[in-house]
Amino acid sequence: MMPRRRTERGSTSVALAFALFLTLMTVVTVYIFMAKIWWFPPAITDFGHEIDSQFTRTFVITGIVFVAAQLGLALAVFKFRDRGQKAHYFEGNNTMEIVWTLATIVLFVGLGLYARNAWAQVHFIGAAPGALPIEVTAQQFAWNFRYAGPDGKFGREKPELVSASTGNPVGLDSTDPASKDDIVSPVIAVPAGREVELILRSQDVTHSFYVRELRLKQDAVPGMEIHMHFTATVPGDYELACAELCGLGHYRMHSMLQVMTEPDFEKWQRDQEAANQ
Amino acid sequence: MVTHENGGGHGHHGPPSGFIRKYVFSVDHKVIGIQYLSLALFSVFVGMALSLLMRLHLAWPAAKFFFFKGGVMTPEQYLALMTMHGTIMVFMVLTTAPQSGFGNYFLPIQIGAADMAFPVLNMLSFWTTFVSLIVMLSAFFVSAGAPIGGWTSYPPLSALGEIVGPGQGAGETLWIVGLAIFCGASLMGALNFITTLIDLRAKGMTLGRLPLTCWTWFVTAILGLLAFGVLLAACILLLLDRVGGTSFFIPGGLVVTDQVITWHKGGSPLLWQHLFWFFGHPEVYIAILPGMGVASHLLSTFSRKPVFGYRAMVGAVCAIGFLGFCVWGHHMFVSGMSPYSAFAFSILTMTIGVPSAIKTFNWLGTIWGGKIQFNCAMLFALGFVSLFVSGGLSGLFLAQPALDLYLHDAYFVVAHFHLIMGVAAIFGMFAGLYFWFPKMFGRFLHEGIGKVHFWLTFIGVYAIFMPMHFLGLAGNPRRYSEMTAGPFLIALQPVHVFISIAAFITIAAQLIFLFSFLWSLKAGKEAKEENPWHATTLEWSIPSPPPFDNFGGHEPVVYHGPYEFSVPGAADDYIPQHLAPELVRKA
Amino acid sequence: MPGTIVDDVEIIDAGHGGGTTPPAGGDDDGDSSGWRRPVPRRAYFTALQLGLAAIVMFFMALASSYIVRKGLGNDWQRTPLPPVLWFNTAILLASSVTIIVARRRLEGGEREAFRSWWWVTTGLGVLFLAGQIIAWRELAAAGMLLSTNPSSSFFYLLTAAHGAHLGGGILALFYVAFRPWNRSRISQATAAELTSIYWHFMDGLWIFLFVLLTLGR
Repeated sequence: MMPRRRTERGSTSVALAFALFLTLMTVVTVYIFMAKIWWFPPAITDFGHEIDSQFTRTFVITGIVFVAAQLGLALAVFKFRDRGQKAHYFEGNNTMEIVWTLATIVLFVGLGLYARNAWAQVHFIGAAPGALPIEVTAQQFAWNFRYAGPDGKFGREKPELVSASTGNPVGLDSTDPASKDDIVSPVIAVPAGREVELILRSQDVTHSFYVRELRLKQDAVPGMEIHMHFTATVPGDYELACAELCGLGHYRMHSMLQVMTEPDFEKWQRDQEAANQ
Repeated sequence: MVTHENGGGHGHHGPPSGFIRKYVFSVDHKVIGIQYLSLALFSVFVGMALSLLMRLHLAWPAAKFFFFKGGVMTPEQYLALMTMHGTIMVFMVLTTAPQSGFGNYFLPIQIGAADMAFPVLNMLSFWTTFVSLIVMLSAFFVSAGAPIGGWTSYPPLSALGEIVGPGQGAGETLWIVGLAIFCGASLMGALNFITTLIDLRAKGMTLGRLPLTCWTWFVTAILGLLAFGVLLAACILLLLDRVGGTSFFIPGGLVVTDQVITWHKGGSPLLWQHLFWFFGHPEVYIAILPGMGVASHLLSTFSRKPVFGYRAMVGAVCAIGFLGFCVWGHHMFVSGMSPYSAFAFSILTMTIGVPSAIKTFNWLGTIWGGKIQFNCAMLFALGFVSLFVSGGLSGLFLAQPALDLYLHDAYFVVAHFHLIMGVAAIFGMFAGLYFWFPKMFGRFLHEGIGKVHFWLTFIGVYAIFMPMHFLGLAGNPRRYSEMTAGPFLIALQPVHVFISIAAFITIAAQLIFLFSFLWSLKAGKEAKEENPWHATTLEWSIPSPPPFDNFGGHEPVVYHGPYEFSVPGAADDYIPQHLAPELVRKA
Repeated sequence: MPGTIVDDVEIIDAGHGGGTTPPAGGDDDGDSSGWRRPVPRRAYFTALQLGLAAIVMFFMALASSYIVRKGLGNDWQRTPLPPVLWFNTAILLASSVTIIVARRRLEGGEREAFRSWWWVTTGLGVLFLAGQIIAWRELAAAGMLLSTNPSSSFFYLLTAAHGAHLGGGILALFYVAFRPWNRSRISQATAAELTSIYWHFMDGLWIFLFVLLTLGR
């Protein structure tokens, strides 16, 4: 027989403390999630809403599992603390194993398959033909955005011509006539309701374009031109933060996405052109 | 199976003599295990100190530290702390202690062997690990400082040298070389573990009677054997890009602060990511599996019940190991990888959640109907289950690329991997330590202090890492040295302050543990009996501490499975594995 | 390999006629404890297979990087493979044959013949490495260095990695030749068998790499 140890006699208080802490932690955590005290900002794209729905589905499922598991643990710990009883000898239950394995497969894989739709909207289809192309150039530690201007053509760029200090951060080649009307801006302005196609590039190391309200993030990888598209629906100013460690200035590689009404956007473009002359 | 039949004269000689042979270059797996545990203990305090500095800076960015020039921590100093924190914790703590530390000490004993298959190789693997730690730590002491590219060290940031950031010169090179050396050490250890497990089991120790600790050490070693070679290859390629003028990972046409890079072209940063994460994902399972084994072992022992679903548990461990090689792309959803591959990786990743869930159900099933004893080892094992659930569930979000678009490289990820690796895995180690300390040192760790340590740590880690989920949902990117660049970041500062205060308290609580550990070594309550926990596995059939050849020259014979607790009809509530059936007392 | 005891009839019969059991507590190259633990002979073969698995993963990582990098940019220039590589390949294949012959002689008890063929194998191995160095020099003379273009980078890297592993095999050949086997836990025949498995593997690995480099050039 096992000698009666001090821990057994105190087991009710420990068990209770453990169970209570788990319960409290679970309740507080669930509350903070449900009260949305810290939460996503509202989405401004259509697929963003689809993503939010998938988030909700995932929250519900993981929330239920979380509560069940933590409270189940709390209950088991309290209920079966050593009070001098004998433990029940059972080595397992094959039926239960099969049932909960199948249930978990269906739940987890089902959830994953359900998420296909939102992902497909972002990445399985390309930009529509009339989308506004904007070239995004990331560098240590700034964002620059180039618009093709009225001629609709992007001018040539050359790495040798890159000079942030003399106002040519993307290395625009002025000998190319298509460059003349290109707009290069440190903030990205887009018209609301019109599809935009981003062409992501990086000059030096890997960065990542991230705007929370768009529900979009995409690495800008040197040596690659990565395309992304979205239609922003709500005018406003939204923060753009770099989301891939790029060096000491990573934390301050910050810019703004300005979603404007169509007239405002036209005006913005004209103002930028004028400033270029 | 091992036999003893060759012609006479091969009794063993006595134990080694002399300080160097006994404690420094020992080939005794027990000494080597303690050496690894010591290395891990040292490294975890270094890693915690680094994270404390990080958290202090994040909460109070203008705070001055006397050891920084000018007082205030610069962004690159923050990033260097972060890089070395991650590297030291992942490699020097989580890949050493659970596997090479406890595994080295207890695997041979639990299978009834006198030592590992290759004791000299074992000794070499420890000292190689030691050298790799020294090389890595030396990155702190070069003039430009430690690297700033994170433990993931993505090129081109890690490949272009000092022009892309301080610390990316000599510091980064030392980091890579140290890591490459570590790869060699790990491969040596993995080979030893697997060979020992396959070929040195005692009579009667069939695979179906292996303790779950041994199963996890087994699968972990297989993961290590197959993964570290890939990391070594990646390190060599990166090193060549840096010093050999090659362009495996560096594309052409780069401009760094207005300077055109003409001496590289055509490489792919994504190639590094594929190689690194092909290793990196199995690596995180290497970090957690032994903790799962310990949890299963202790939950059974201290509920006085068999493990619920032993075969399912073994199957789950093997499934996790196998699937662990199939999911690396989930670290790369937004990297520029094909979105179709991304979706395939996603479904595989959701699938790997299934064996983890099975294990959780079975842990609950193990304690259900039991007779739970709340010593410190059990408390940490129970805490492990809670933390594993908390940390694992956030993986379900991250495994979906549509959701990962928002959550990637944000604090939600930081919460996820810290809860699993930085806490659950650590709890597994604490549990193992409280359980095995009496066997290793002949004394108990102080239970009272241990309870204080447990509660402060358990509450503390939830206070640190739960709020990080909220930061992630609010969109806080990771690896930021301060949250000042824009309004949405500034608004999150109070949460960072809360986390930092919780971190300070929790880290301080580990000093309580350190004191208890050192004190108990000298003055802890003596564990005179061989089997104070009334456990069943073979280590509890030998003296504490064990003799140099474990079983005194005899080979144990195993008759029972590892978790025969409260067997109906038996007088005692446990049947040791080595107890002959005719000697089992009937009720 | 660290010598550890093996309960094996083979120890008594082979290598040191007379049939006495090896003295207890014999040196086993660095095992400072000096005592014996029963480690079965097959453990060495298990360990070798595991080691080969790790080596395979290492080379698969390099090979897949090769294939990926080749498909990437347009800067892949064909690296002309120096013809001496064919000669080296033949030498390595020959050494695989001679190692088999050596082992047969050992099994037949012809110790002198074993030694001769073993030295021939070692010599061929060294000749292979010398030939690889010649290949490097020819390539360098043609202006193709490590950093010239990715194709040449991989050529040097893959041949160097293979050469390093083969060098380890040559050290093993020396070890089998020189170590006093009568005081070990495994017999020389076993050690020779283990070494030859490794050697054949290195041979096969070279064929694989050679084909890869030839197809990719």
